[in-house]
Formats: sequence, structure tokens, C-alpha cells
Amino acid sequence: MTPTITATGALAHRLPDGDGDATTYDVTVIGAGVVGTAVARELARYRLRTALIDGSDDIGNGTSKANTAILHTGFDAVPGSLEARLVRDGQRRLAAYAAVTGIPVERVGALLVAWDEEQLAALPALAAKAERNDYHAARIIEAGELRAREPHLGPGALGALEIPDESIICPWTTPLAYATQAVRAGVHLHLNCRVRHIDSGQDVHTLTTTRGPLRTRYLINVAGLYADELDRQLGHDAFTVTPRRGQLIVFDKLARDLVDHILLPVPTAAGKGVLVAPTVFGNVLLGPTAEELDDKTATGSSADGLALLREKGRRILPGLLDEEVTAVYAGLRAATGHEDYRIRAYPDQRYVAVGGIRSTGLTASMAIAAYVTELLAGTGLDLGTPTELPPLVMPQLGEAFPRPYRRAELIAADPAYGTLVCHCERVSAGEIRDALTSTIPARSKDGLRRRTRAGGGRCQGFYCGAAVRALIEEARP
Amino acid sequence: MTRRERTVDVLVVGAGPAGLGAGAELAASGAGHVEILEREQTAGGIPRHCFHGGFGAGRIGGGAIGPVYARQCVAAAVRAGATLRTSVTVTGWAGPRTLDTTGPTGLERITARAVVLATGARERPRSARLVPGTRPPGVYTTGELQQAVHLFRQRIGTRAVVIGNEPVSHAAADTLRVAGLDVIALVTDQPPSPLPAAPVRARHRTPRLTHATVTGLTGRERLTGVSLRHRDGRTTTLPCDTVVFTGDWIPDHELARRGGATLDPGTRGPAYDASYRTLATGVFAVGNLLHGVESAGTAAAEGRAVAASVLRHLAADPWPTGRPALAVDAPLEWIAPNLVALDGSRPLHDRFTLRTGRRLLRPILVVGQDGHVLHRERLLLPAVPNRSFRLRGDWLDRVDPHGGTVRITVH
Repeated sequence: MTPTITATGALAHRLPDGDGDATTYDVTVIGAGVVGTAVARELARYRLRTALIDGSDDIGNGTSKANTAILHTGFDAVPGSLEARLVRDGQRRLAAYAAVTGIPVERVGALLVAWDEEQLAALPALAAKAERNDYHAARIIEAGELRAREPHLGPGALGALEIPDESIICPWTTPLAYATQAVRAGVHLHLNCRVRHIDSGQDVHTLTTTRGPLRTRYLINVAGLYADELDRQLGHDAFTVTPRRGQLIVFDKLARDLVDHILLPVPTAAGKGVLVAPTVFGNVLLGPTAEELDDKTATGSSADGLALLREKGRRILPGLLDEEVTAVYAGLRAATGHEDYRIRAYPDQRYVAVGGIRSTGLTASMAIAAYVTELLAGTGLDLGTPTELPPLVMPQLGEAFPRPYRRAELIAADPAYGTLVCHCERVSAGEIRDALTSTIPARSKDGLRRRTRAGGGRCQGFYCGAAVRALIEEARP
Repeated sequence: MTRRERTVDVLVVGAGPAGLGAGAELAASGAGHVEILEREQTAGGIPRHCFHGGFGAGRIGGGAIGPVYARQCVAAAVRAGATLRTSVTVTGWAGPRTLDTTGPTGLERITARAVVLATGARERPRSARLVPGTRPPGVYTTGELQQAVHLFRQRIGTRAVVIGNEPVSHAAADTLRVAGLDVIALVTDQPPSPLPAAPVRARHRTPRLTHATVTGLTGRERLTGVSLRHRDGRTTTLPCDTVVFTGDWIPDHELARRGGATLDPGTRGPAYDASYRTLATGVFAVGNLLHGVESAGTAAAEGRAVAASVLRHLAADPWPTGRPALAVDAPLEWIAPNLVALDGSRPLHDRFTLRTGRRLLRPILVVGQDGHVLHRERLLLPAVPNRSFRLRGDWLDRVDPHGGTVRITVH
């Protein structure tokens, strides 16, 4: 089956064939972030005509592309909440999926570091909360052990709660793997397709999009920051998304030796606070800030935000501030003012709303997808019998695993994997070619960077920027 | 993992002017099998995309343009008998003088009797300068811009702002004009330059905004402006679709650092002595890896000068230990070389190279060690940021080999 992926032109030409009403999808998933792609992948297991649509030119291009890239255990969730359940379930699902799909995951463990007596005193309660969340490996360690395990930690740390199973994961390969499997199994992916208006009829929703009308029997709203606006279009007033900006600083790979664990602050009333964490690409992350905004496009960084991060970072890991900065970015979490996910089915409307998926969305994505599919079945859609999707192996971006530039047999078979284009990240011409011709090809420098790391390193294009752009131009039809 | 294992006498990493200079001189002086590795497909380093004159000559306006100079450097090294291999990337160390490489022909592990690092320097990108705002396309360093325009003939934009006011900034402005852009301003946080502008620059009346700090970038699909704060607190936004961050060089020190060649805190390049010896035994360093950007001619001269030291090392000269460090006090930023060799070796042209963080009018430089003054020298010209100035080296024999750090201060 040739995958259907469109990014331009009217949708009318690309609607599904099939029995009966040939111009209507069975299910349309609005929003191709990590949760939307996970839902599409789950639906791809059934004999449904499914569309996945997104307003931007790539999958995972909103909140999903700019997060802290942690695969959570859910130890600190609100016990008994939907989020706690889906994070716990999702962590297991995604860890298993990543292992077979080649999504880089490193189980580095987390340390919640107590910097004063009050924080130290809060650790037993956090350990007990972890137990209530069915997480039993948490353990309090003393200052001496903490110092031995993180020798570069700033002065004054009194102890920590250790969460040995917290892991780091590639945030970009994950939705790309979901979306790739989905479209290979027949889901139609329509990009640059923003929903302007929804008209809900007796049997069919008609979406007015920037690329023309789209008809669908069932609708799943996974629109992230815009989920509340779509929900209102369907007549509900269940939640309001208030974007919460998180700015982050990515430090050079030479800083990686400074830190071995995800270093979390002890949470306070003001939020989860600023963490220091390794990334699977071998960098070190410092962030995020937490700023309540009203602009859903305000993904810029600010001088105040960066100054705050540097101040916090200096306390946690003083040596970090001497290292070079590779990148600065900001993401917007879809906060709703509720302490839980807002996932709800409206059977009468053949509609499922998936709102308020915050920083745990990456971890919970596969569990949310399974839950949404269950809700969809409950609205009366006959899903039929699920099938197994053909397995998928994604390009390897993690530093802890052999990347193509280190694989003699791969280079012997195709010298393009030994020809490096992006020197900082050691990305080969072969990987760039593959990403430009893959099932869901990169269309921009940013898209290529998320698929290969090209241009994402310390020089930020000083050496390879022009060459990478030339390769993208060559690949354009 | 299968790696082809080989040995050579001298392995030079990087085929810019410094590495090619080292390779040429070493091969010509009988150092044995001298191999130069270059990760780019074409050797020659940064001059490959510097389409302006002044290369290989001692005065402004003379000499070759960059690409011609790059080819001359390559030809000289090859003619001298050095083996030059392009598209070969050094990916790490497997031993004190053993390097792992990746290239289209496969993986190798090369052991050398001496390693010369000549990995050069790059401009700090916008992110490393912590310039806030959005992340639209249209943001360059000079290196990316020059390659885009001169090597790939890519379309850049229409209205540009250049951040910086040093030679490379003017080269960037020239490249932008060649590409058909209007250069609307050169922006610097420094005060107006006390030095007269070179005549060639006077033709272009690009406004220079001095004492101005970049506070942010705006735009989503494309850059729309550069926001500035002036010294008096006024803020403005310059509408433009292109911005080039120039200068602010950082040595490409990854390999040096991973190989145990401790960095000098000022230059951010490996600490080294006048014989180009780093703190890692058998590992030498030359060129802009040592000190951020000096001219290609200086890099090449350092490359040629390392040959004598490498030959001495190959003849079983012991690697020095316990070399006192040289350090500077603010407003000075760094000094190079920054280790005292103790064997009488002198820096290139018997001069140290220094930089200052702020303008100094006829400063007196004082060299001291453990409370003793070793040397005092008044500079005849002002010292300004982003331009090197020199300090005589004839006091080196007065350094106490067992003493503490030698400090250079400004009076």
C-alpha cells in the first residue's frame, strides 16, 4: 500500500476509496503530536478509514517537539488520577515499544535533590506517594551517597529520593515511529491542514480546513493547545487551555560527564521546578521555566527566563555554567487549570476530546491511545478485530547506541553512511538521504534535524548549514 | 566492530592553513609518514569560502583571495610529501596517540608517534550567545553565510543586520552585498572604534550602531527583526529578514579536551607552550584551535613552526612536566601561549598574543610571578576588544621554573 501523505492542495482529491460513502473518513484525528500520532497508530490496527490531520507542515511540531524528553515512572502523579494510571501504563507500553522499534531510551534514574531541611523532610511523603502510585523502587539516600553518585553537584545538597527507573527518551523518534506505522497501515496524513470550523450533522462531521472540507463520521480532538477551541466548536465548555511556557537550555555534549542522573527539584506549591537532565543525544538539559501565558504562539525565549535558568543551574551543577550552550528553546504545555487529563467521550456526537495532556503526554501517549480507542468503541463505532502492525525499526539517534558513523558493516554496504555532513552530530549523508526519502519525509531544516540531528549540534550550522540546505533543496520534487 | 589499524609517524587533524602548514613542513623536514586528516570533502579550511583578498600577504589589499590561498596551502603540503585524506572524520581517542576515524572507505584506528591538532575555531552561534526570542530561519554565522553564498549560491534574503564590528563582520557584510542584500546596520555593544576604518570599507556607508546590545529576535516563519537596547536605555527593533552573528570565536576544542589536553580558561583552546606542546604527552596543537581567530597567515606560520618541536619529540625529547601557567587579570581576556616551556623555546616572532575585554589607551602591561615583577611594557597603540596585541617574550628566562602562575596585569 502506498502511504497517503499530503501537505498541499485540496483534500477532496485525496479522500478514501471504499464501500458506501467513499468521500467520508470513519475517524479523523485532529492533531499529529505525540498523542495524536499514537491514537492514529492504534486506530491503524483496525479496518477503519482514518485520517490524521495537523495544522503545521510536520508531525510532532507543536508541544511535542519541545519538552524535557523524559520517560516518567509516574511516581509523583496524583494517586488515583487518570493521569497516574495512563502514565504508569504508558511507561510500560512505550518502554517495550522503544526496545523493539529502536527509539533511544536510557534508564539513567532520577534523584530528587533536597537542598534544605524542609525539602529533606518532604522526601518520606514523596516516597509514600510513589508507593500509592504503585511505584516501589523509590529510596531515600543520604548526602554522602548522593555526593558519591553525583560528584559535580553544587554544595549544600542534604539528600535525595532516588527513582531508579526514570529514563530519558528521544522525543522526536517516538511520534515519528507512531506516524510512520500508522500511514504505512493506511491512515491518511494531511499536513498544513488547520481546522477552521466544524459542522456536526446527524451522521457526519464536516470539517472546514485550510485545505478544504473533510467529512468524517467520528472525531478525535487531540489538538493540544487548541483542543479547547475545537471542543467549544462542538458545543462544550469542559476546559480552557492556558499555555504554560517552558524555556530550556541545551548544553554541549562535553558537559555530559558532569551529570549521571535526572536531577529533579523537590516539588513545591510553585510547581515541579527546574531540572538538570542528560539527553539521549549526549547533551545536558536545564529547564524548564513555568510561565502562564495567554498567547498560544509565544514559543520564544526571554532574557528573564534564561537568567532564571542559569541561576538555578548554577546552584544545582555549578560546572554546567562554564560549558558552551548548544541550543535554547521554549515549548508550551497545554495546562487547563485541572490537576488531571481531560479525556471524555461524547457518544451522541461521535466525538472524543483529549485535553490537558501536559508534560507527561510523551510517556502516556500509547496508554492514552488505547484508552481513547476504548472510549471510541463505547460510542458505538464497530472497530472489528485488531491486527498486529508490521514491526518498524527507526534510525538510531542515541549516543549510547551505535550510530551509523560507528558501524563498519553499514558503511561497507553503503559508503554514504561513512560520509559525514553534520560534523558536530556526526550525521552522515546516508542518514540525511534516508530522512528526505522516508515514509514521512523531512520537509524543512527543522524536520530534518528532528529526524537525523543534522544541524542540531554545537556549531548550529557554521560548518554544515549550507550543505544541509543544499541537500534539502535537491530532494524537493 | 572492524577497524583497519595503522600506524603513521605524525598525524595532523585538520587541513586548514595551520594543519597544512604543519604537514608541509613536517613532510619536508623528514618526519617520516605524515598524514593530514580533513573531515570536509575539500581541504583548505575556512579560506575556502572567504572570497576576499589579503591572504598570504603581510598587508591589507595584497595577497590572494581565500580559495586561491587554500589551494596554495593544499598544494604545498602535497608537494612536500604529506598524505592528505579528505572526508575522514576523527571521532575519538583509542589511546594517548591513537585516533578512531570514520570515512566513506570505512573505520580506522590510527596510531601516531606524534599528533598535531589543527581543528580551528568557529563563531559562537546565536544560541550560545543566549540571544532570546523566536527561532525563525534567516539567522546565520559568517561561516554558514559565506558557504551558502559562495559555495552553494543559495538565496539569502533582502535586508540584513550584521552583529559585530571586527574584520569578519565586514567580510560578512561584503558577502551579503554580493548576495544582493541591503546591509542596514552593523551592530556592536562596543564603543565607537578608535582605529580608522580601512579605506575599502569607507565605500559602503553601512550605519554602525555602537554601544547597542541585541535583546531578541522576532518572527516565526521568517525573521522579522532584531531588537536592540542602546546605552541610554532606548530600545529599537530593526526590521530585517536576515541576521548574521559574526566573530565571538570559540576554538573547536572537542578532540583536544577529550584527549586530555586541558583547556586554558581564557582562550578555551588547549593550554600550550611556545613549542605548541599541550598537557597531553605527544599531542601538539596549532592554529586557531589555540586562541580563536587570528589571520590565516598566523595559523599557517604556527603550523610550520610546530615542525621543529615535533621533530625534537620524535627524536625522544622528553615531554615537559610542571610547566608554570601564564594567566591574565581582567580586563585582559587571554594570553597565548599560556604555559612556560622552561627549555628556552620562544613564542612565534618572540611575541605573546593577548586580547582585552575593553579598550585600553596606551596601557602598561606588567608580568609578575609570586610577587616579583618580571617585565613591564607600555603599549604604543590602544588595545581594543576583538583584536590581538602583542607582548615581548624576552623575559621568559627570568621565570622561576618551580614558581607559581605567571600573571599579566594592566596598570
